[in-house]
Amino acid sequence: MSLTKKYSKEVKQILSKYPPEHKRSAVMPLLYLAQREEGYVNKAAMQDIAQILEITETEVASIVGFYTLYHDEKAGKYRMQVCTDLPCALRGADEFLQNLCGNLGIKVGETTPDGLVTLEAVTCLAACDKAPMFQTQGPDGIKYHENMTVDKTMELIEALKSGD
Amino acid sequence: MTHILLRHREIPDIQKLTVYKKNGGFAAFKNAVTKMKPSEVTDLVKSSNLRGRGGAGFPTGTKWSFIDNKTFPHYVVANADESEPGTFKDREILENNPLQFLEGLAIASYAVSANVAYVYLRGESWQIAALLDEKIAEMEKAGYLGDNLFGTEYSLKIYTHLGAGAYICGEETALLESLEGKRGQPRVRPPFPALVGLYGKPTLINNVETLTNVPMILANGADWYKAMGTGDSAGVKIFSLSGRVRKPGNYELPFGTTFRQLIYEHGGGILDGRSVKVIMPAGASSSMIVVDDKVLDTPMDYASVRTLGSELGSASVIVIDDTVSVDWIVNKTIHFFKHESCGKCTPCREGTYWMQNITNRIHSGNGAQADVDLLLTVAKQMQGKCLCPLGEFSTMAVVTGIERFPQDFRKAVKSEK
Repeated sequence: MSLTKKYSKEVKQILSKYPPEHKRSAVMPLLYLAQREEGYVNKAAMQDIAQILEITETEVASIVGFYTLYHDEKAGKYRMQVCTDLPCALRGADEFLQNLCGNLGIKVGETTPDGLVTLEAVTCLAACDKAPMFQTQGPDGIKYHENMTVDKTMELIEALKSGD
Repeated sequence: MTHILLRHREIPDIQKLTVYKKNGGFAAFKNAVTKMKPSEVTDLVKSSNLRGRGGAGFPTGTKWSFIDNKTFPHYVVANADESEPGTFKDREILENNPLQFLEGLAIASYAVSANVAYVYLRGESWQIAALLDEKIAEMEKAGYLGDNLFGTEYSLKIYTHLGAGAYICGEETALLESLEGKRGQPRVRPPFPALVGLYGKPTLINNVETLTNVPMILANGADWYKAMGTGDSAGVKIFSLSGRVRKPGNYELPFGTTFRQLIYEHGGGILDGRSVKVIMPAGASSSMIVVDDKVLDTPMDYASVRTLGSELGSASVIVIDDTVSVDWIVNKTIHFFKHESCGKCTPCREGTYWMQNITNRIHSGNGAQADVDLLLTVAKQMQGKCLCPLGEFSTMAVVTGIERFPQDFRKAVKSEK
């Protein structure tokens, strides 16, 4: 089903934020909407958005490619994005990520065999005082998890699993 | 000291509209709209000597006065794209004292005669955007946003807009491109956004912390504000303290507080009783400061930090102890800038790519002194040639790291000799 049909109320609400002659501004919120269910934007959704905004599909794809929070490939249900930038690394983020990999039996960039979690290393998330930390990007949006340990993270993963 | 920005530390419920109002909230906005001309609001902010808190430190009132009054509509955009490694101050304001920020945004909008304002948030601030949407709706219901405010001709709408993970969108023209639905790549300036901004119209862009100061300045006066801080740096600043300190966090303090006070009195000193080796006062974009007693006793204001061969920037103070090697720091910062370079201009796109290759080689123990020299050459060739400050920022840690801590690089490459 097309985006306009499925989420007609949301699409309308998003478009109302911008001047009608500049509706291209809505491309970012529409992409979030398109990616809500499956965690990535498929080709059909990009065509939809292009049609709604009267821009080309290539222009939509260029936005997906430029910004790191849009994805054009399926991954785990939750992307677990660990900040490893300088301030976090000074507080053990690299070791944390390494230990997490060991516990999950996957490498950075890989997904757990049950398809629940894809582990990623990302740049600054503005939580430098609460490292080690990561965000989860999933069906319920983006959530921060701060002052984390590997044990606490494994508990969180169990909770996410049972939330299935 | 009582906080004037992080007021939730004294008034935990201040994000509730009734509580905010009871504590003087919206009186400044109402007074401005009903009793002051827009230019009078701008003049008041100008005389408070408030400077932009996003990093550049440009005088706020002066920026407001640049808005072209011959072309309409005008727009105001709050820059909430906080993404500099080491900076996490705007987030605390938005999560806990959102109404004061929104009132500041509303006052700025009135001062530059804008009827629409956007809050551009970094994409990760998903939950904050939801909170702001809720607060904006409450303000509309209470008559602080919408048409004919306080019975006047003035109308204002505020909308939130989420970015999607791009540091470059904190640069104001890249932010505008992004808000227009394009890739966040900086524009060539001039023209500046005050003349040609969002949708080609005059646009004011201010940082969250800057705007959050504004209601307090209007309520208490310019002289009250100027009485805090030091000569060229009026008022208070939120210092984001991170790295190898015992109590990292945000500390709202007057400009002129020394590094020693911040790190030892507020931050509880260094982890494991070590000593400070390097301070990066403006996040990953900093020139590195070699720390000694004189440095620790230096007041943190724009002019004093400059005498140390660095910049205060957004006051994201990353503290590094003597267990850390500077070649590792450079490797980390370059990794960040390489990832965040938007790719538009050649010096930055290619420069960060090659700097990453070389610093990876050095850091992995496969480098030679010639690589260190090459890294320094690449960084210096980039300086002054990039389209926007990102490229310039990427060279800061490289150049100052190599020039001020040559021994760390010698050690990193010594296996080669």
